[in-house]
Amino acid sequence: MTAPASSTQTVNLTIEGRPVSVPAGTSILEAAKAAGVLIPHYCYHPGLPVAGVCRMCLVEVEKAPKLAPSCATAVAEGQVVRVHTEKALEARQGVLEMLLINHPLDCPICDQAGECELQDYTYQEGRAEGRYREPKRFNPVEDFGGDVIYVANRCILCTRCVRFMDDVAQHPILNVSERGDRAVIGKFEGEDMTHPWAGNVIELCPVGALLSKDALNKARAWELDRAGSICPNCSQGCNVIIEARDNTVVRMRPRPNEDVNKYFMCDHGRLNYRWLNRRDRVDVPMVRQGATLAGCDWDRALAEATRLMAGKRVFVLASPMLSNEALFLLAEIARRTGGAGSFRVQTGAEAPLPGVEDLALRADRAANVRGAELLGFTRSERPLERLGAGDVLLVADEELVGEDASGAAKAGATIVLGTTLPYWARHTAAAVLPIANMSEEEGTFTNVRGRVQRYLQVKAAPGFARPGWFVLSDLLAALGGAPIAGGLPSDVFAALAAARPEFAGMSYDTLGMRGAVVAGAMAEASAR
Amino acid sequence: MGYPHTPHPRETPVLSQHFGEMEATTLDGWRTRGGYAALQRALGMAPAEIVTVVKDSGLRGRGGAGFPTGVKWSFMKPGDGKPHYLCCNADESEPGTFKDREIMRWTPHALVEGCAIGAYAIGAETAYIYIRGEFTEPIARMEAAIEEAYAAGILGKNAMGSGKTVNVWVHRGAGAYICGEETALMNSLEGRRGNPRIKPPFPAVAGVFGQPTTINNVETLAAVPQILNNGAEWYKKFSRSDNPKSTGTKLYSVCGNIARPGNYEVAMGFPFKDFLYDVCGGPLPGRKFRAIIPGGISVPIQTVAEAEASLMDYEGFVAQGTMLGSGGVIVVDDAQNLVKFIARAARFFAHESCAQCTQCREGTAWTTKILERIAAGDGTSEDLDTLLEIADNMTGKTICVLSDSCATPVVSGLKKFRGDFEALIKKKTHVLVPAFA
Repeated sequence: MTAPASSTQTVNLTIEGRPVSVPAGTSILEAAKAAGVLIPHYCYHPGLPVAGVCRMCLVEVEKAPKLAPSCATAVAEGQVVRVHTEKALEARQGVLEMLLINHPLDCPICDQAGECELQDYTYQEGRAEGRYREPKRFNPVEDFGGDVIYVANRCILCTRCVRFMDDVAQHPILNVSERGDRAVIGKFEGEDMTHPWAGNVIELCPVGALLSKDALNKARAWELDRAGSICPNCSQGCNVIIEARDNTVVRMRPRPNEDVNKYFMCDHGRLNYRWLNRRDRVDVPMVRQGATLAGCDWDRALAEATRLMAGKRVFVLASPMLSNEALFLLAEIARRTGGAGSFRVQTGAEAPLPGVEDLALRADRAANVRGAELLGFTRSERPLERLGAGDVLLVADEELVGEDASGAAKAGATIVLGTTLPYWARHTAAAVLPIANMSEEEGTFTNVRGRVQRYLQVKAAPGFARPGWFVLSDLLAALGGAPIAGGLPSDVFAALAAARPEFAGMSYDTLGMRGAVVAGAMAEASAR
Repeated sequence: MGYPHTPHPRETPVLSQHFGEMEATTLDGWRTRGGYAALQRALGMAPAEIVTVVKDSGLRGRGGAGFPTGVKWSFMKPGDGKPHYLCCNADESEPGTFKDREIMRWTPHALVEGCAIGAYAIGAETAYIYIRGEFTEPIARMEAAIEEAYAAGILGKNAMGSGKTVNVWVHRGAGAYICGEETALMNSLEGRRGNPRIKPPFPAVAGVFGQPTTINNVETLAAVPQILNNGAEWYKKFSRSDNPKSTGTKLYSVCGNIARPGNYEVAMGFPFKDFLYDVCGGPLPGRKFRAIIPGGISVPIQTVAEAEASLMDYEGFVAQGTMLGSGGVIVVDDAQNLVKFIARAARFFAHESCAQCTQCREGTAWTTKILERIAAGDGTSEDLDTLLEIADNMTGKTICVLSDSCATPVVSGLKKFRGDFEALIKKKTHVLVPAFA
């Protein structure tokens, strides 16, 4: 764990010749990170209690008789630490050699290859050749339940998974069974890894021992395109990396953010990425010609939409999965035409992660509920109730089904802006404007605590689909609104920040990849 | 020798003077032998006074490390507002060591008394005696003794009418060598897996249940009543005149290829040569000593010349390249295959490694595999270099010293008896057939 926040005393030391000042109580390993020196390690993880068992992070501390485990040794004033000395290097080489003697060296068929810390450090400072001539220990592969599969032969027993389940998930499921080189990660009788946060052990595992069944054999690590993003599957806004192979999202994994999700994400979020790969996407703009919707170019479709909206009240039915940028432009359209906007949220059971404060799979299973609220949309279980007869209904990526959809009949005209064409709108939509989903565009979401966070594009949108903000800024301009200067998502966000006091002063630059909290949310948080 | 037996005239039976007397195991029997007088006196003293007496006596830890007991007790800060605990390490599992077992079998009240005095001296109201699970008879004796002591008001809320609380509990281990390591013992006592903890924090700061804890060996605590009864000066007399650092008497467990194996108690500084040849009767008929391990399997192996030159105290053994350790003397004679012997020792450590630290988990098993291969006649000369390098990686780099303990017999064996290894390698009794010829 990082140094306690309460400690104000600062300790000065030298690591690899670099002077560094850190709070008292910091480990040498963390201090080295601050000095820009990576000390190789396996069992240490900043989100877990220190175990000090892999013995990989051994470093030389001047005047100390023995090598020190840097993860479990606190800094001291005037300490001189050396990481890359012969003595320390030999010790770490020894550890690497021992870790490899029973390791199957099956990297060519291992999912972890390319993102494996055992590979990385062995390349970096391991021996060129092993000296082990004896038979290797063998243990069968075990299904741990949930999304987790355990390949015991590859395990280096760093116990990160055990400590995660014990101390962070606080639901002991895993243990170290047996002793000596017979030791394996075991599962308590009657338990399995179906805990809503259990999948985190997959990323925590530094080697290919704990793997995702979902991602198994889908791609080599180096074949993936990846981008920093925000999990769209609930309002918590966990920072993630979305990975795609050949324009298909195959994996989503947590990206550290101290203020939101630390190092973790829940299994619901992790495994709900398939909707980003839907094959029933609308990929061409369409306008109604009699009984059918006919494909056309964007100019024609936008002209038709503008014509339908001119002089009418526009009622917006928005998805809380849309970006702040798109929602802002939708709100502007509604405001200019004297209309209104509402949204509906899918909900499910909440599942907190006990070991991390204020981190949970939220009941609201959409990324931008808070953003929609802040931008003036009304949350409603029957969102079409306020639709006036003769209004233009602008459906923004919402797939209402069942009875609610019948309310749409009141509309004078229905325009669909979306990634898909809802079944109920198939015979009523007057124009269809295809847009990109969140993995195909850049934008921001506002999470449950009012934190505005950026997400980046990882794959291309299908056909002629354009990002929502792109289409909507054209539409807004056509309706007589002030055009967005520059024409980038950052420019739309700048317009949003200028128009809305909650977002005042924010820009993509100031948000960075950590995000920033909207005005007023801080006071709310302290009141909570 | 088993008990009852007449002590050898050169022995100094202090702890072992009542071994073999069935009556001494009972409270009445123990009282007639002067039992619980020391506790009665101790409860009337200030805890700091007791610590001073023990410090003055020069008593050092008998479990292996030889840390001065009084100094250890003085680390426990009185009045820190936290509950203190005393742990008695009765997990005696060092191969070749079986002295604590005899103390508990024959003089259980000596240990109860020692625990009670120790607990009072360090400001603890609770003492735990952690006994290895295989010690069924000692466990029964200890439990009976504690029951008697409670019934007689010696232990409990008003110990011996002093108004002070002293509780003693027996906790039975489940048979893991590593639980003799003090922090692993504490984990085991708390109901966790017996894995050693990272130090610092040391037990005196955060031990059992995270509270200040002192942990002492059975033999150490059993000696405390004797010291309080007879005085520090009396205890100090059991030492070499030129080495006041090792005082008192020490129990040695002798096993292996020797005429009279068994437990013997001698004063510190006793010549090891006389001990081996006179007290224990020398080698078996027609045999010669080959190698001696004086302090349990974890200490370096001695050649016969080194052993014969040793004086039996902490410094005396160090001067001859080994350690007093637990006092478990293992004797190997010329009829044995020393490589097999060392391989068996390594196998023990490989079996008992707690599997936390990489070097220990993998190194002990790897060492065993190489040694067993050499012993089976499939060794190469490169194996010996590999063994030494593995041993180097296993030394001084792990949480506890189990890994170092496995490396010790290998390194000392290779250093002192390299010829035995080379002869086996040269002979090549087994010929390797390539799997894919």
